[in-house]
Amino acid sequence: MVSFNLLVIVCLTYVALLFLVAFVAEKRAQKGQLGWLRSPAVYTLSLSIYCTAWTFYGAVGYAARSGLEFVTIYLGPTLVVVGWWWFLRKLVRVGRSQRITSIADLISSRYGKSNALGVLVTVMAVVGTTPYIALQLQSVTLSFAVFARQQPQGWAPADLNATALWVAGGLAVFTIIFGTRNLDANERHHGVVTAIALEAIVKLAALLAVGIFVVWGVAQGPSDILTRIEASPISDWNLQGDRWVALLFLSGVAFISLPRMFQVLVVENSDERHLATASWAFPLYLFLISLFVVPIAVVGLSELPAGSNPDLFVLTLPLASNAEGLAMFSFLGGFSSATSMVIVAAIALSTMVSNHIAMPMWLALRGGGGASISGDVRNVVLLSRRISIGAILALGYLYFRFSGGSEALASIGLISFAGVAQVLPALVGGLFWRGATRVGAAAGLVIGFSVWAYTMFIPSFGESVLMSGAVLAQGPFGVDWLKPQALFAITGMDPLVHAVFWSMSLNTVAFVLGSLMSFPGPLERLQGAQFVNVFDHSAAARGWKSGAAEAEDLLVMAQRILGAPEAQALFEAESRFQGHRGYLPEVTPDFIERLERELTGSVGAAMAHAMLAQIIGGSAVSVQDLMAVADETAQMLEYSNQLEAKSAELSRTARQLRQANEKLTELSVQKDDFLSQISHELRTPMTSIRAFSEILRDNTNMPVEEQRKYFGIIHDETIRLTRLLDDLLDLSVLEAGRVTLNRDNARIGDILERAVAAAQPMNAARPILVKMDGNANQVMVATDTDRLRQVFINLISNAQKYCDAPEPKLHITTRRRGDMVQIDFTDNGTGIVKKSQDVIFEKFSRLSENAANAGAGLGLAICREIMTKLGGTVSYLPGQGGAAFRVTLPVDARQAEAAE
Amino acid sequence: MTRRAPVFLARTGYRLRRLMDAARVLPLAGVFLFLLPLLWGGGPTARAIVFVFLVWAALIGIAALLAGPLGQVVLGPDETGPEGR
Repeated sequence: MVSFNLLVIVCLTYVALLFLVAFVAEKRAQKGQLGWLRSPAVYTLSLSIYCTAWTFYGAVGYAARSGLEFVTIYLGPTLVVVGWWWFLRKLVRVGRSQRITSIADLISSRYGKSNALGVLVTVMAVVGTTPYIALQLQSVTLSFAVFARQQPQGWAPADLNATALWVAGGLAVFTIIFGTRNLDANERHHGVVTAIALEAIVKLAALLAVGIFVVWGVAQGPSDILTRIEASPISDWNLQGDRWVALLFLSGVAFISLPRMFQVLVVENSDERHLATASWAFPLYLFLISLFVVPIAVVGLSELPAGSNPDLFVLTLPLASNAEGLAMFSFLGGFSSATSMVIVAAIALSTMVSNHIAMPMWLALRGGGGASISGDVRNVVLLSRRISIGAILALGYLYFRFSGGSEALASIGLISFAGVAQVLPALVGGLFWRGATRVGAAAGLVIGFSVWAYTMFIPSFGESVLMSGAVLAQGPFGVDWLKPQALFAITGMDPLVHAVFWSMSLNTVAFVLGSLMSFPGPLERLQGAQFVNVFDHSAAARGWKSGAAEAEDLLVMAQRILGAPEAQALFEAESRFQGHRGYLPEVTPDFIERLERELTGSVGAAMAHAMLAQIIGGSAVSVQDLMAVADETAQMLEYSNQLEAKSAELSRTARQLRQANEKLTELSVQKDDFLSQISHELRTPMTSIRAFSEILRDNTNMPVEEQRKYFGIIHDETIRLTRLLDDLLDLSVLEAGRVTLNRDNARIGDILERAVAAAQPMNAARPILVKMDGNANQVMVATDTDRLRQVFINLISNAQKYCDAPEPKLHITTRRRGDMVQIDFTDNGTGIVKKSQDVIFEKFSRLSENAANAGAGLGLAICREIMTKLGGTVSYLPGQGGAAFRVTLPVDARQAEAAE
Repeated sequence: MTRRAPVFLARTGYRLRRLMDAARVLPLAGVFLFLLPLLWGGGPTARAIVFVFLVWAALIGIAALLAGPLGQVVLGPDETGPEGR
C-alpha cells in the first residue's frame, strides 16, 4: 500500500533532483563547458515534450476507445521530422538567422515586423494552450487520486485541488528560476533543456517498463497479446478514413505550430546538424512510446473490472497486480510528462506575451520610448516575463478548477491542436511564397481562428455553457446553414473532421486571396525575400540608412536592454572589425542591422525595430536591396554580390587608411607642439630662476625676509622642473621598455583607498566625493602595485581637476571578467567630446588650455604606458553620462606574461 | 552564390544530390504507406498494427541511413550569418 506521505516524498525528491540537474547544467553552461549539454541526444530528447501526460495516460485510453487511431498522433510528427529536408531545415535556419524568439515573433518578423500579427498569434497561442496546461494539472491530480482510492480511509477531494495548486505553484517557481535567467536569444535555457531531457528518459523508461510488465508479466508474450487483441473489443474498431487522414494532418501540423514545440525545435536549437540526428532518433522515440500502448489497453480491458477509466490503465494495471514499485515509477513517468510540457509551454508563452503585449504596452504607457527610456529595460523585460509565467500557470489552474475536468483527455488535446494549427497557412506561406502578405496572413489567422472557436472550442464546453443547445441543434437565429457542427448545411461529418476541414480551408482561402489582392510594404517584401531565399543569401534584410544615428546614443540604448558589459563588448567587437579602436564603431547599415538582431533576441523583432527607428529616424530601403528583392536575373545578383564584397573590403581599407592618416597628421602637429611645449615648459621655470638668482646676486643688502622669499621661489621652480623631467624620464623609460616591475599581491580595494588618500589632499579647495563598490575588496591582483596606484592616483586627480559638476562625484566600480579585472572611474561631469577622445592619451594633450593647475599633459600617456607594461589597458568609455575611464588588467600579471 | 552552378557534377556531388532527393521522397512514401490501411478498412486490427509498426520502423531505419551524409552538408553553429565571421 503506497501511503500519501511516501508519494509526496518521492515526488519532492524527484523535483529536487530536477532542480539539481538544471542547476548543474546552468553552472556548466556559464563556465562555457557545454560539452554534452548541446549534443544531438539532448536536442532529440527535448523534442519529446511533444509527448505530454496526454500521451502517457491518454494514449492507452484513446486506444481502448478508438483502437489504432491513437497512432496517428505520433505518425504525423514522424512524417514531418523524417521530411526535415523539406521544411524543418528551412524553419530552423530562418529562426537562427533572424534570431526568432517564438512562433509569434516568426510570423510578426516575416510580415514586415508587424506587432499586430504578433499580438494575434500570441492570443491564439494562449487560448489554445491554457486548456492543455489544465489538462496536465488534471492528469497529475487524477494519478494522485488513483493512489488515494487505494487508501482505506481515502483523501478528501479538497486534497486533489490543493495538489493541483501545489503543482502549478512549484512549476511556476521552477520556470521562473531557470527560464528567465538570461535574455539573449543565443544564451539558451541549458538548465531547463537538460532537466527536460532527463524527464524524457524517465517517461519513456516508465512506459516501456509498464509495457514489458504487461506483455511478459501479465500476458504470455507477444503472440498471446496478438490473440488477445483479436478477442478484445478493440478489434471491433473500424478505420474511419476521414478521421485517419485529418488526424495525421493535424498532428503533423501541431508538431511545428505548438508554441512549446517551436521553442525546443527552433529557439533552443544550438546546431543545425542536430536536426539530422533528430530526423531518425525522434521518430524512434515516438515508436517506442507507442509500442506498448495497444497491449496495455487490451490487457487493461480484459483484466480490470468493467467501468475502470482506461486513461489510467498505465497506473491501475501495475497496482492491480500489486507491483507497487512499478506503479510508483509509472506515476513519476506521468508526472514528468506533465511537468516538462507545462514548463516549456510557460516559457514559450511568457516570451510571446512579454514581447508582443506587455512590453509594447509598457512603452506606450511610458510615452516616448526608444532612447528616452530611463532605467534598465532589461529588468523590466525579465520582470514582465516572470509575471507572464505566473499568469499563464494561474490561468491553467483556473481553467482546471472551473472546467471541472472532462474525463476523456484526448478531446482537449485535439481541440488545442486544431487551434494552434491555424498558424499553418501563414507559416508555410511565409517560408515558401514570396507573395504572402501581412493582410493575407491576418485575414487567414482571424478567419481560421474564429471558425475553430465557433465549430470546436465553444461547443466543447458542452451545451448551454457558452452556446445554447438550440444554437447547436438549429444554428444561430434558426439559420440552418450556420449550425456550428454542420456548416453550409453539410451534415453527417465527424465533428472533429468538420471543424478541421472548414477552419483550415477557409483560413487558407482567406490567406491566399488576401495576399493576392493586397500590396506589401518594402520592409515586408524584403523580409519575404529573406525568409523564402534563406539558403541563397543568409545576410539579414537591409532596412536602415546610415548616418542619422550617433553611435553613442545607440550604445546608451543597447546598454539598457542588453546590459552594460554585453553591449560594450558588442560595440567594441564591431569597432575592432571596422578597424577602429575604442567603443564607438561607425554607424553603418550593417552594424545597425546586427544590433537590431541582437536586440531582437531580448525584446522581439517588432520591438527592436521600433526602438531603433526611434533613434535612427525611420528605415529606408536602398536600391541594392530592391534589386535583391526584384531578383531579376541570377547573373546580376551574383555580379552585384561580388562587387559588394569587394567594395566592402575597399571601404574597410579606406577607413583604416583614413584613420591612419588622421592620426599621422595629428601626431605631426603634436610633435611640433611637443617641441614648443617642452621648450616652453622648461623655459618658464628657468626664466624665473635666472631672474631671481640675478636679483639675489646683484642686491647684496637685501632684507633677509625678502631673500628667503626669493630663495623659496627658486626652490619651488626647481621642484617643478624636476617633476617635469621626472615625468619625461619616466615616460621614456616606460616607452623604451627598460623598466623592471616589482610584483606583489594586493587587494584592489586597498590600492584604491591609498590612491584616493594620496590624490585628495593635493586639492582640498575642490573636494570630490568618491564612491567605491564592495567588489573591489574581493579581488586580489598580483601586479606592480606601486605602478598601479600611480595610474589610479592620476585618474582620480584628473576627475578632481576637470569634473565640472556643481557637486563632483566619482564612482569607482570593479568587475571581474574571467582572468581580467575591470575598474571603471566614472564622474558626473560633462565628459569628453568625441573629437578629443582619441587624443587624450597622447603626450602633452591638454584639453583645457586655461587651467593654471593643469600638468604637462603627460599623466594619461604615462598611465597608458604603465598599463601596457602590466599587461592591461586603460581606455575612455563613452556613453556613461560623464567622463569615464576603464582600467583593465590581468588578475595575475605573470600568467598574462607567460601567455604572451 | 553558386547561382550559375555547372550542369554536370562530379560523382560525389551527384550522389549527394540524389541523397537529398531521397530525403525529400521519404516522407511522401511514408504518407502513401500510412494511408494504405484505408484500402482494406483497417481490419483485422492486429494485422493493421503489425503493418503500421513495420512501416514505421522502416522509415526510421532509412532516415537514420540518410542522416549521416546529409548532416555533413548542413551548416554548423559557427557558419551562419555575419556574427560567425
